[in-house]
Amino acid sequence: MTAPFDVNDDSVVVIIGTGAGGGTLANELAQKGIDVVALEAGGRHLPKDYINNEWPSFSQLAWTDMRTTSGSWRVAKDFPNLPAWIVKAVGGSTVHWAGASLRLQDHEFRALSTYGALEGANLLDWPVTLAELEPYYDKAEKKMGVTRTNGIPGLPGNNNFKVMKAGADKMGYKECHTGRMAINSEPRDDRASCQQLGFCFQGCKMGAKWSTAYSDIPKGEATGHLEVRENSLVLKIEHNADGKVDGVVYQDKDGNQVKQKARAVCVAGNSIESPRMLLNSASSMFPDGLANSSGQVGKNYMRHMTGSVYAAFEKPVHMYRGTTMAGIITDEGRHDPSRGFVGGYEMETLSIGIPFMAAFLNPGGWGREFASAMDNYQNMAGMWLVGEDMPQESNAITLSEEKDHTGMPAANVHFDDHPNDIAMRNHAYKQGMALYDSVGATQTYPTPPYPSTHNLGTLRMSEKASDGVVNGFGQSHDINNLFVSDGSQFTTGGAENPTLTIVTLAIRQADYIAKQMSEKSI
Amino acid sequence: MKAENEQALNFIKPHTGLAKMTRRELLKRSAAIGGSLIVGTGFIAGSSASWAMELKSLSPDTMATLVQMARDIYPHDSMGDEIYAAAVKGHDDKAAEDADFKAMLEAGVESLNAAAKQMGHASYLDTGWEAERTEILKSIESDTFFQTMRGGLVVGLYNQEAVWAALGYEGSSYEKGGYLNRGFDDIKWL
Ligand SMILES: Cc1cc2nc3c(=O)[nH]c(=O)nc-3n(C[C@H](O)[C@H](O)[C@H](O)COP(=O)(O)OP(=O)(O)OC[C@H]3O[C@@H](n4cnc5c(N)ncnc54)[C@H](O)[C@@H]3O)c2cc1C
Ligand code: SF4
Repeated sequence: MTAPFDVNDDSVVVIIGTGAGGGTLANELAQKGIDVVALEAGGRHLPKDYINNEWPSFSQLAWTDMRTTSGSWRVAKDFPNLPAWIVKAVGGSTVHWAGASLRLQDHEFRALSTYGALEGANLLDWPVTLAELEPYYDKAEKKMGVTRTNGIPGLPGNNNFKVMKAGADKMGYKECHTGRMAINSEPRDDRASCQQLGFCFQGCKMGAKWSTAYSDIPKGEATGHLEVRENSLVLKIEHNADGKVDGVVYQDKDGNQVKQKARAVCVAGNSIESPRMLLNSASSMFPDGLANSSGQVGKNYMRHMTGSVYAAFEKPVHMYRGTTMAGIITDEGRHDPSRGFVGGYEMETLSIGIPFMAAFLNPGGWGREFASAMDNYQNMAGMWLVGEDMPQESNAITLSEEKDHTGMPAANVHFDDHPNDIAMRNHAYKQGMALYDSVGATQTYPTPPYPSTHNLGTLRMSEKASDGVVNGFGQSHDINNLFVSDGSQFTTGGAENPTLTIVTLAIRQADYIAKQMSEKSI
Repeated sequence: MKAENEQALNFIKPHTGLAKMTRRELLKRSAAIGGSLIVGTGFIAGSSASWAMELKSLSPDTMATLVQMARDIYPHDSMGDEIYAAAVKGHDDKAAEDADFKAMLEAGVESLNAAAKQMGHASYLDTGWEAERTEILKSIESDTFFQTMRGGLVVGLYNQEAVWAALGYEGSSYEKGGYLNRGFDDIKWL
């Protein structure tokens, strides 16, 4: 049962985007009986449609609308119009996320207090604590079926994991296992268990991996309180004379511009599109864009410190067989400034196929050295390094000179590494290479960051309205019926993959919105 | 990306007629032999006549040079010329529709030959050692011609299933039941 709501129905909550944040929030509100219209720029693709082939899958799922880049990061040179590798489809990037589901650590919510002020870094403490979030983390882990929580067994380790584990043992690392994964190790929640297909990044054809596309969204629709309108690209958010938002204008599947009225609007377009929408919604009352009295809309863009290490061995590994992210080492996740940087990082197995390896191993590389690395493919193991990067005011989403296909200014993504990011990456490369060397690698390949998969922080939470865009519930400091419901809320990034925290915040935000509505505050 | 990708998937097609010719017949139709390639009017072929490719727009000499250049950019000694020919075939198709593009490729090949002559070789194809050809390529690395060739190969070469097989990547697995019972954890040497 889907609920078709009228565009003039101003009692509905409008959610923009149906990924980790928006898709979760939509279902949680619908379960409470709150009427929701979720607008999603992309189409609806389900497990039967997913393609076990990297480029065709990319064409099917990835966001390829116009974006531009600037700054000294290498992505701006190698992939000038692909700053981020994220999804445009119902389910958002949960369609091709890997499933790693980690809680942030206590001290990571208090980055400024813990690390102290760092030159060039716009550090701040979150207005929420781990203790406040713990009950919601519990709910999120249960919803997503995270392995190693709720009595759910871990996934079996594949070849790539076994190489990592052997190296971890040699290196003296203590915390290495097959991860906390939102992937069914046994059938659960009407979804099958993992068959080790090895195409987690292309959408899980088994439906074993949690994704809002086929878990939360159909559940929300079944309540009769959620209508998802796909192929509906929101252009701007509008407000009334009192400065409250009253609806959004979107381009529908036929190219018509439509206004959907709303009681409240929740922005969840991922950390590039969400600030772009607020900036594109500037009006005479809000000339710098909506919710921007602090001037922080679009600022403090974070993408995690990342990098990969691939290594070649004398004998085959076949790293691509089985779960893409098949294991983790968390020993380096601690905050230990004696390593020469603040914050920590995780080491997680990663595999990409030949087509993506050719594009990402060393973009622009050629000649015998490159070809010989590709010749070693079946003997390769690989890991991804992901750690906390520093929020910097100058790393920002702004409106580009370029327009997208609708004529709206596209997002420009500006990024420079902070010295702390560079120190951490160098440490991580060194440890990753040493790990593989310890189990007999004949070659190691420190591989530069891919286009961003973790996009965070551009509408950040803050205690004080002057420091950020939203409060601890994701509610705009300036406009109380405007919410941010995705990774843009992150005050700082933490070392962990962000999705579990995005889902946790969305569940908590649903309670808050329901309360505010019943109190008639919004 | 999308266009490149489709281009890539369209690369390998059966080249009817020609592929079935015997080596003797091929040689009869051929004008010259360049390196391991047979170059004839409107086509290039492997010297063993195991494959051939008809050309729409580019001259066979130009195409033969592009094939050699493709190999020099991503040299995989275990892969035959037909794989490199397939990887650059899209440029011939595009040249047939886009005169500026064709002129850019031809000027690029000219520049390779000019550089080879300065080293005392008759042409790029006649430059015997890979190291010398690499030196020539290095000297034009920032040119549109080189970047078009290299960029096209990332997808044109590495998105070929024949290449996956040669490099030991098994590709799509869903229809085979995944790797759960097909060696996802079969590593023995650790
Ligand atoms: C390859 C890959 C692997 C990953 N692996 C992991 C992992 O293992 N663990 C982890 O924690 N995270 C992982 N991530 C990150 C994770 O996917 C994201 O952090 C998460 O999905 C972000 O949630 P979100 O709600 O902010 O945005 P998204 O999930 O990206 O959803 C945003 C949605 O909004 C829509 N949208 C945007 N603009 C508009 C508009 N104007 N109008 C209408 N709709 C719009 C988009 O189409 C999209 O569907 C991975 C990401 C990628 C790309
Ligand atoms: S490896 Fe498991 S989680 Fe990944 S796509 Fe396959 S079945 Fe899904």
